[in-house]
Amino acid sequence: MTFPAEIRESTVIALQALKANKLRSGLTTLGVVVGIVTVTLMATAMNGINSSFRKSISSMGADVLHVGRFPWASFEDPRVYRNRREFSLQDARDLENTMTTASAVAPKADDKGTVTYGLRRATDVWINGNTEQSLVIRGLSLTQGRWFSQTDVSADRRVCVLGAFLADGFFPHESPVGKRVRVNDTTYEVIGVLEKLGSFLGAWDQDNQIAIPISTFKSSQSPTPNYEITIKARDPSELQETIEETRAILRRLRKVPPGTPDDFAINQQDVFVQFFLIFGGTIGAVGLFITGLALVVGGIGIMNIMFVSVAERTKEIGIRKALGAKRRAVLSQFLVEAATITLGAGLLGIGIAWPVTLAIDRYTSFAAQMSWWIVALALFVSVLTGVVAGFIPALRAARMNPVDALRAE
Amino acid sequence: MPLIRIQNLARRYVMGADTVHALRGVSLDIERGEYVAIMGPSGSGKSTLMNLVGCLDSPSDGHYELNGKDVSRMTDNALADIRNIEIGFVFQSFNLLPRSDALHNVELPLVYAGVPRSVRRERARTALANVGLADRMHHRPNELSGGQRQRVAIARALVNTPSIILADEPTGNLDSRTGEDILNLFEILSRKGNTIIVVTHEEEVAQHARRIIRLRDGLVAQDAVNGNPRTVAARTESGPPAEPMHAPSGGVPPVIAT
Ligand SMILES: Nc1ncnc2c1ncn2[C@@H]1O[C@H](COP(=O)(O)OP(=O)(O)O)[C@@H](O)[C@H]1O
Ligand SMILES: [Mg+2]
Repeated sequence: MTFPAEIRESTVIALQALKANKLRSGLTTLGVVVGIVTVTLMATAMNGINSSFRKSISSMGADVLHVGRFPWASFEDPRVYRNRREFSLQDARDLENTMTTASAVAPKADDKGTVTYGLRRATDVWINGNTEQSLVIRGLSLTQGRWFSQTDVSADRRVCVLGAFLADGFFPHESPVGKRVRVNDTTYEVIGVLEKLGSFLGAWDQDNQIAIPISTFKSSQSPTPNYEITIKARDPSELQETIEETRAILRRLRKVPPGTPDDFAINQQDVFVQFFLIFGGTIGAVGLFITGLALVVGGIGIMNIMFVSVAERTKEIGIRKALGAKRRAVLSQFLVEAATITLGAGLLGIGIAWPVTLAIDRYTSFAAQMSWWIVALALFVSVLTGVVAGFIPALRAARMNPVDALRAE
Repeated sequence: MPLIRIQNLARRYVMGADTVHALRGVSLDIERGEYVAIMGPSGSGKSTLMNLVGCLDSPSDGHYELNGKDVSRMTDNALADIRNIEIGFVFQSFNLLPRSDALHNVELPLVYAGVPRSVRRERARTALANVGLADRMHHRPNELSGGQRQRVAIARALVNTPSIILADEPTGNLDSRTGEDILNLFEILSRKGNTIIVVTHEEEVAQHARRIIRLRDGLVAQDAVNGNPRTVAARTESGPPAEPMHAPSGGVPPVIAT
């Protein structure tokens, strides 16, 4: 028998057998359904974490330096940094004017606060100060409206750009552009909306933010902001030169005596990359373990039901063997039967996981993404589970002695 | 060359400390086209012999040549091929697949022979029509009478045009009238040139066959053609068999009315 013919024949037999034992097959698949739902949600979660991480990274920019008083990751006593001089907007302007290896320079400052629109209210919103250059430096894009102009910044205008979460929450049925929202006690006109970014590592929701001009940030939100300066390198491959130039200029500006260490820190996002790799790796390992466990439990159920199926159909196996079925034909018959059960379970699992994913994406800050490779992976895993779990029962069937099998009732 | 040549065939069943000697050294030749009945009391080894002849089982000792091939030491898969190509089985309990209709049951040997779908459909239809079941193709076994089920089984045994038809108590589960129908069908198949071996413990059934081999305690007690004993010596040394040969044909038996 040719292989496709064998598979076709086996599938017909499998469907017939499954139809005869609907309830039993259905119950058995539950374990595998749970397994596949787990596989799918895990893959979706990893996918979502990855992509929101990538967006976060690109929004911080691999080629962007963050100059501040403190290093991002440090094992030193924080008191060491306390007496360091604050950065000012003037420092940012000086850097912008002197640097040759930077394509954009912008000061930044941020805070948490409450944003309201009519009766709607969002707390813990990330309020950040920007210049016209911040859009490029932060790697953001807009879904509506525009970003700040130079005049918005220089004229201290009360305008703002909303994160996707605020825009959706405050204005579910209308365009936010032109509307007025209150940030703490100041009213701002909405001029734009950011694209959805997802939560960074599921913890820091970047869509719950509002961007305002840095000048306005100082005048209306916080009179003494703790500024940092962001610098985008002209050529990402020559990032090191940009770092050196920044250091030299800052040491001069801040009058650091030669031979003493810097009184500032030039931070890069690779600290986050490190963090992510450890964090993501841990999540992945835990996910893999849970998934594996669910599939093993499901697989044992399938193996059990296949042993029952083989035992019940001993006579049928005997008849088929008497008529000339070889071991391989019997083996493939039962493997296909097991794989059909688990494939059905896989489809059901995907059918459950898909809406769950959509709901998570829609109703939580977590960016969960289903994609075709996840569907393909889930189907592959389900068929594989069936083949692996069904192998020993199928082998038992294939090896039966025809006379003994025929004698069974 | 005889179709079947069996020499000193023995089959023992070991059950714990006991060994059952089901066959103790059986020798016999069967020629192409013969219609043979194997008789004997219950437990005399008829089914054991039948299983060996049908390549469902392998002997403990002795030799078995089928169509010139030594099948007594073949692997499982090689025996599956032999069963598929050379043997057509008819069982006492019909042994049809309960969830498949008559047509698919008859198709099965062709499925395992790798015959393409359209061809095997056609051949299965013809085989069913030839046993008078043209209008029962899509009935499942539980929608058929005993006699009809046995006809499906016979159609299935014939569909691959095998060298031998082996029937173990084919009328055992049928009333005598229906049993008579089945035996008439065998009669016609035999006249067409098919080789038929029927196992039975009923004299009336055996009387349809021209040659009767009687077993007792795992040995051949008597081997007679039309009532005349034949000896192993007479058979193996003289050329032509006692029974006039029909030209072997994969020919299609005529329709029998039910
Ligand atoms: N699988 C088996 N295991 C043990 N003993 C068996 C087996 N098959 C048959 N026998 C024994 O072998 C002897 C011959 O059996 P069998 O060939 O079925 O006889 P018959 O068909 O003539 O009634 C009997 O004693 C029977 O109990
Ligand atoms: Mg018997």
